[in-house]
Amino acid sequence: MATMLSVRGLYKTFTLHTQHGAQIPVFHNLRFDAASGECVALAGASGAGKSSLLCCLYGNYRPQAGTIAVYHDGAHTDMVSAQPREILEIRRRTLGYVSQFLRVVPRVSAQDVVAEPLLALTGDREAARDKAAALLARLNIPRSLWSLPPATFSGGEQQRVNIARGFCVDYPVLLLDEPTASLDAANRAEVVRLIHEAKARGAAVVGIFHDEEVRDAVADRLFHLDAYKAAA
Amino acid sequence: METSLHAAATAAAFRETPAPFAGPAPGPAPLLNVSGLTKYYGDMLGCRDVTFALWPGEVMGIVGESGSGKSTLLGCLSGRMAPSSGQVAYESERFGVVDVHRAPEPVRRNLLRTEWGVVHQNPRDGLRLAVSAGGNIGERLMAVGARNYGTIRAEALRWLREVEIDATRIDHLPRTFSGGMQQRLQIAANLATGPRLLFMDEPTGGLDVSVQARLLDLLRNLVSRLGLSVVIVTHDLAVARLLAHRLMVMRRGKVVESGLTDQVLDDPQHPYTQLLVSSILHA
Ligand SMILES: Nc1ncnc2c1ncn2[C@@H]1O[C@H](COP(=O)(O)OP(=O)(O)OP(=O)(O)O)[C@@H](O)[C@H]1O
Ligand SMILES: Nc1ncnc2c1ncn2[C@@H]1O[C@H](COP(=O)(O)OP(=O)(O)OP(=O)(O)O)[C@@H](O)[C@H]1O
Ligand SMILES: [Mg+2]
Ligand SMILES: [Mg+2]
Repeated sequence: MATMLSVRGLYKTFTLHTQHGAQIPVFHNLRFDAASGECVALAGASGAGKSSLLCCLYGNYRPQAGTIAVYHDGAHTDMVSAQPREILEIRRRTLGYVSQFLRVVPRVSAQDVVAEPLLALTGDREAARDKAAALLARLNIPRSLWSLPPATFSGGEQQRVNIARGFCVDYPVLLLDEPTASLDAANRAEVVRLIHEAKARGAAVVGIFHDEEVRDAVADRLFHLDAYKAAA
Repeated sequence: METSLHAAATAAAFRETPAPFAGPAPGPAPLLNVSGLTKYYGDMLGCRDVTFALWPGEVMGIVGESGSGKSTLLGCLSGRMAPSSGQVAYESERFGVVDVHRAPEPVRRNLLRTEWGVVHQNPRDGLRLAVSAGGNIGERLMAVGARNYGTIRAEALRWLREVEIDATRIDHLPRTFSGGMQQRLQIAANLATGPRLLFMDEPTGGLDVSVQARLLDLLRNLVSRLGLSVVIVTHDLAVARLLAHRLMVMRRGKVVESGLTDQVLDDPQHPYTQLLVSSILHA
């Protein structure tokens, strides 16, 4: 199995300058790999740094030291030292991320929000909107909502739109931050199916799943962050 | 939807989906290479030692407090203001690499008319108020050699439609337009000549929130569809998040932090950026 993600010596600490330079050490010397076709569940207490690790993997947070090699375009690229445009290109083609909350863009309909990443990848508007429709239907978003901007949707509806967006492109690496947190059983089961399909086509999945049933259903192994807690 | 722009900024808890839009396709070489750009007004500092490269298709946001040198920098980048020192090299389609501030004045003027566009904060600075809406677009087209009246009018109509201005307004003076319409007209006039690089200074400033949202939506679509490179000055971090791939944060004439937009906004490193981000979140 190909290694899709390889993290070495990762160190993350927050310095809050607005609060007299208070330091929040999150993890140090973290080492982690994820291979094609496997799902790794991040484990650890609240505040252990699970979400921060996903943010670092996505290039959203800046670690203080270490490397994050992502297999992209036939070679490994280090997210930590990559230029902004390289990171955006890796995100466009290789690295998907489903955050805990949807960021709403004014005036953009739910269907277009979901279709956007695929449209950006292929330029085929029709096909991207079709795929978006199929995902919205699978996640039980009423058809009457598809043409509306998600700003007024319920928390669970927004989360499902967010999941549909994250799964619209068949990313080789998928990062999931509690994708089932505000979903009912039927929708949880659908997300589990989506994750299984992603693994089956060879995606490496790294996720945070508080729901044990979901975690047991999708995860091949756990990665405990507590061992990497930096001393305060 | 009126409030959603600001709701987007206010509700910007750190784990929302970053970068809500496509990134640039990587080009072969930078469009702009800026090094050590410095501008003094007498002994007053405008901007100091700014260095960066802008790649094709990239949208670079410049944020920072009032008086930090954003407009000064934009003026120097677009060749409208002479820097005290430093260099701006532009990869021109027509002229090859141009050392913007050492090139002859006609070259700079030509670039400003053809390959570049400048959108001013106040549309009155970018429009000719005594000339009709269609004329404002037509003048840009004529400056690049268009001569046929019918073609020019058809192009003007096309661009008015592009920026959602009713075709019946084509012969009206911009003075009779609302602020948001004037701003859209300014954008249409700039885009009509097919520029590759757009400089914008607070293009959504002074507009009410719903008009702002509409203009932003328009800009977002045009920029990604036309693959434009943009340098945009804004004090509104929600605007920066929506439009910019990368940010430079300026303070007292200097760039204190730069990087991918969502990195700078979600995990700011410099004390000033942290202050800027936190004061907006609590606004
Ligand atoms: N953008 C940020 N700025 C400052 N501190 C942050 C930021 N993001 C996270 N932290 C801090 O980093 C630590 C780890 O937080 P993180 O959100 O990664 O934990 P987690 O394991 O995901 O927790 P939970 O299970 O509660 O979601 C916390 O102390 C948190 O306050
Ligand atoms: N023509 C000028 N002559 C003298 N000083 C100037 C001139 N233009 C700008 N300055 C000064 O240079 C500094 C930077 O001004 P600039 O207009 O670039 O700021 P800015 O970041 O665009 O601010 P704002 O957000 O308020 O538009 C300020 O201190 C300003 O007073
Ligand atoms: Mg978390
Ligand atoms: Mg200014």
